[in-house]
Amino acid sequence: MTDLPETKSASPNLFRKFVNGTEIDTRLLGMFGALALIWLGFHFYGVIFKGFGAMLTPRNLWNLSVQTSSIGIMATGMVLVIVTRNIDLSVGALVGVTGMTMGILQVDIFPQFLGLGHPLMWVITAICGILLGTTIGMFHGWLIAYRGIPAFIVTLGGLLVWRGTAFLANNGKTISPLDDTFKLLGGGPYGTIGATGSWIVGVIACIVIIYLLVNGRRKRITHGFPTRPMWGELTVAGLSCAMVVGSVLLVNSYPWPKGIVKQYAAANNIEIPPEGIFISHGFAIPVLILVTVGILMTILVNRTRFGRNVFAIGGNPEAAELAGINVKWMTLKIFALMGALAGLAGVVASARLNSATNALGLLDELYVIAAAVIGGTSLAGGVGTIYGAILGALVMQSLQSGMVLIGFDTSIQQIVVGSVLVFAVYLDNLYRKNAK
Amino acid sequence: MSKERTGTPLVEMRDISIAFGGIHAVDGVSLDLYPGEVVGLLGHNGAGKSTLIKCLSGAYQADSGEFFVDGKPATITSPRDSRDLNIETIYQTLALADNLDAASNLFLGREITTPLGFLDEGQMEAETRKIMARLNPNFKKFKEPVSALSGGQRQSVAIARAVYFNARILIMDEPTAALGVHETEMVASLIKELKSQGLGIFLISHDTREMMELCDRVAVMKNGQLIGNERVEDVTEDDILSMIIMGKNPKAKD
Repeated sequence: MTDLPETKSASPNLFRKFVNGTEIDTRLLGMFGALALIWLGFHFYGVIFKGFGAMLTPRNLWNLSVQTSSIGIMATGMVLVIVTRNIDLSVGALVGVTGMTMGILQVDIFPQFLGLGHPLMWVITAICGILLGTTIGMFHGWLIAYRGIPAFIVTLGGLLVWRGTAFLANNGKTISPLDDTFKLLGGGPYGTIGATGSWIVGVIACIVIIYLLVNGRRKRITHGFPTRPMWGELTVAGLSCAMVVGSVLLVNSYPWPKGIVKQYAAANNIEIPPEGIFISHGFAIPVLILVTVGILMTILVNRTRFGRNVFAIGGNPEAAELAGINVKWMTLKIFALMGALAGLAGVVASARLNSATNALGLLDELYVIAAAVIGGTSLAGGVGTIYGAILGALVMQSLQSGMVLIGFDTSIQQIVVGSVLVFAVYLDNLYRKNAK
Repeated sequence: MSKERTGTPLVEMRDISIAFGGIHAVDGVSLDLYPGEVVGLLGHNGAGKSTLIKCLSGAYQADSGEFFVDGKPATITSPRDSRDLNIETIYQTLALADNLDAASNLFLGREITTPLGFLDEGQMEAETRKIMARLNPNFKKFKEPVSALSGGQRQSVAIARAVYFNARILIMDEPTAALGVHETEMVASLIKELKSQGLGIFLISHDTREMMELCDRVAVMKNGQLIGNERVEDVTEDDILSMIIMGKNPKAKD
């Protein structure tokens, strides 16, 4: 009989030791694995069949980061919605209606009062868009929590209502171009922080990572709780900082295209030497917005009562109610937050296209939900992480972008994305069963 | 009236009624509880014990009737009201969020925060370790979600939650139903300890013998009505059983 668990080969033990020592979420490792597989797969498919791998180039990865932004921003909010056993199908339509409203505001309305190209135009417009998203989200939340209409129905209705409203708002016409400063929020060569800025961000990030690790360890020691072994701490710190530095190097190695450099040189009276000037993109502004949202949402989820109560509601709604948590009010607030994030995604998405179109955010709800679910958010409620959802968004976007690069039809892209979603949830089920 | 039952009762429920869709789950029940007293609630499933207790804990809102706490009228419309009156409840279902760890469940709805308003996880875990060391010294799974715990461990988390916040009135709905012999004894000794500290305890159980041992008084319900409310010394186990089954109080006849 071989009832004993197999512990023969050395590598699984090393792996287990690594996971235990660093306390890294195995699901996180799985997602990095999936990402690596997608990136390498598409890259070498390109190398072998097209003679050129376009996936793992600074240019493509930089674009990927920008494309992930608006879905990623919304996915962080969708985590809270799904964790509390709800769903929001209206986020794509919200991107459309907020994007269209902001387009009208900054092109048709505000210039009349502020004058064209007013430096504060982008702030006021963005605030209006986010407030509109928040208000609509609050309304959805009210219908769900206080009028007892299932979230699925309210937001399905919302999907149609707000998409229709976006069309009516400007009779289906596209608004373009947008305000020059507003445009920067969507990225593009000018909507970046350059090489120096990216290094500053990278160094600050590394300092914060190390501070958090040191502080966390110190706190656990003062309370006398068990801590990670020292090599585990060092590995986590090393890997995290290496990832930060790696991404800085990556975005800095993607230069501005020649045309933009020429334009920039002409505007600033710079002589271009014959070999050209290498001006780095650096991090794109929408990516920084996504990172900021990710950090704030992580703090909200892990460090505040609000976040703790969200997970309690997801785990056991009755218990949460009996513990004195106002579940209805919480539901309303969660949908309001989702609406605000959809408004912010509307800012990023319309700024990136430099136009407000009727189709803005079309099908985004599906990508956002898929991102959250692939990132480990359980549709049964109570489980999910912000970083998982952002990584999930990156996985979805990588898949999409990889298929575009190797020239797959839209129809095949849809088939692949749909299948991957179903398969990812199946894998997740298996993972959970094993974990128990 | 016995010696210890003098002064103001901790809780007095007067003429409490609640109906669900025409069925009188609780029908005009009056019951009181004194400091340092354990009152046992007995009856068949569906007799209205849990429903009565849920009116007191704020999970349900009574249709009519009054509550008095320390002799003062009290309004209880939500679990939060009840907690503010220092009434803590251990529900039959335990009411734990299975996806959260012991500390999160212990402080659910009453999280400790730092001056900046963030959760003070370290403090909460330290407090949890302290109280669990007292209630269940074998408890070690502080980092795992409570879904990974055994029935007894889950029960001890639910008990810790009720005891930690300095309750004056404790409601225990079948606290030993899921427990083994050893753990049941631990709960019994905890009840005695809390009683000696002057807490008033409502205890719901099906185990008549256990009730005879732990309670000062037993109240028997049937079909939503209070059949009897007797001091344990004055009744036999058979008296109680006949009240539960027949719905008649042999004492009342005398």
